Amino acid sequence: MAKFNKKPGGEMPEISTASLPDIVFMLLFFFMVATVMRENTLMIQNDLPYADQVEKLDKKDLVMYIYAGKPSENYKQYGNVARIQLNDKFADVNDIAAFIAAERASKREELIPFLTTALKVDKDANMGLIGDIKQELRKQNALKINYTTKKGSVFGRN
Amino acid sequence: MAKRAAPEVNAGSMADIAFLLLIFFLVTTTIETDSGINRRLPEIQPDTNEPVVLKQKNIFTVLLNGKDQLLVEDELMELKDLRKAAIEFLDNGGDGSCSYCHGKKDPASSDNPDKAVISLKNERETSYKTYIAVQNELVAAYNVLRDARAQALYGQPFTKMEANLNDVNWPGNKTKLKEQLEKIKVEYPQKLSEVQ
Repeated sequence: MAKFNKKPGGEMPEISTASLPDIVFMLLFFFMVATVMRENTLMIQNDLPYADQVEKLDKKDLVMYIYAGKPSENYKQYGNVARIQLNDKFADVNDIAAFIAAERASKREELIPFLTTALKVDKDANMGLIGDIKQELRKQNALKINYTTKKGSVFGRN
Repeated sequence: MAKRAAPEVNAGSMADIAFLLLIFFLVTTTIETDSGINRRLPEIQPDTNEPVVLKQKNIFTVLLNGKDQLLVEDELMELKDLRKAAIEFLDNGGDGSCSYCHGKKDPASSDNPDKAVISLKNERETSYKTYIAVQNELVAAYNVLRDARAQALYGQPFTKMEANLNDVNWPGNKTKLKEQLEKIKVEYPQKLSEVQ
């Protein structure tokens, strides 16, 4: 019965690793596709409020983002009153006009009427700031706005 | 015969499996889109314009104070009651010209949905989340009425029709859908004015 003798040593057969690159590439592609790149580095707290009557904001290239909120931990030297952030910098209400003009200049002319301003404002900001932003947007004739929110019921949140 | 190596597992099809999974994820993953409440700001009017005179009963005043308290038609109100109150106001149909309204036809409330205006006023100290919550409830009131009307006319809710209109893959007739949506929007126009 020599046939059934175990091999000396009895080591496990090696698992082929030829497919490991495939798996790695698959993961890579998956993350490449699913990741949304953040356009701006946020310097403010940006905990959006909740709402449930929301519409989707499609056509990302036609959206201008205005952020507002308290400066985050790393930027405490800017105080703890809610501020506006445009692109990567803190800004003043007066800077919105230049920001809108720059955004408009970077788009094709026929697309300008479809530009939407997305207001990404921290839920604890006060309406004074937002009122100022809105007034400024009206002056610049950028009338389409979107209050960006998280999806969820408005009740029972603090 | 004693030293036979273990047969190797054929890994040739592993790449196929990997690609299958890759394609599966490619198809099913949707890149997260932002969503929010869309609004249109009023244009700046030249000062020379005569102020539009509205009857008091056609205005539904919503006041938000600095302590995030809600004053609706001069009465303190909880946020959860706002939607119902707004619907009652909009759907009142006081002058009888609105054949599709289901309201109480209270002569002291709005004449018809076309004339009914919701006026929202907030103070500088109002917090943003309360403001959004109120906006959300008011938009919800319009959506409830429009949904009900669309259900009665076309057998599907307004919000669904609107979603279909924006859906590239929707197979139906978009021109017709757009007309239907316009009709509903005329019947229940969103007249939400914000006081500066």
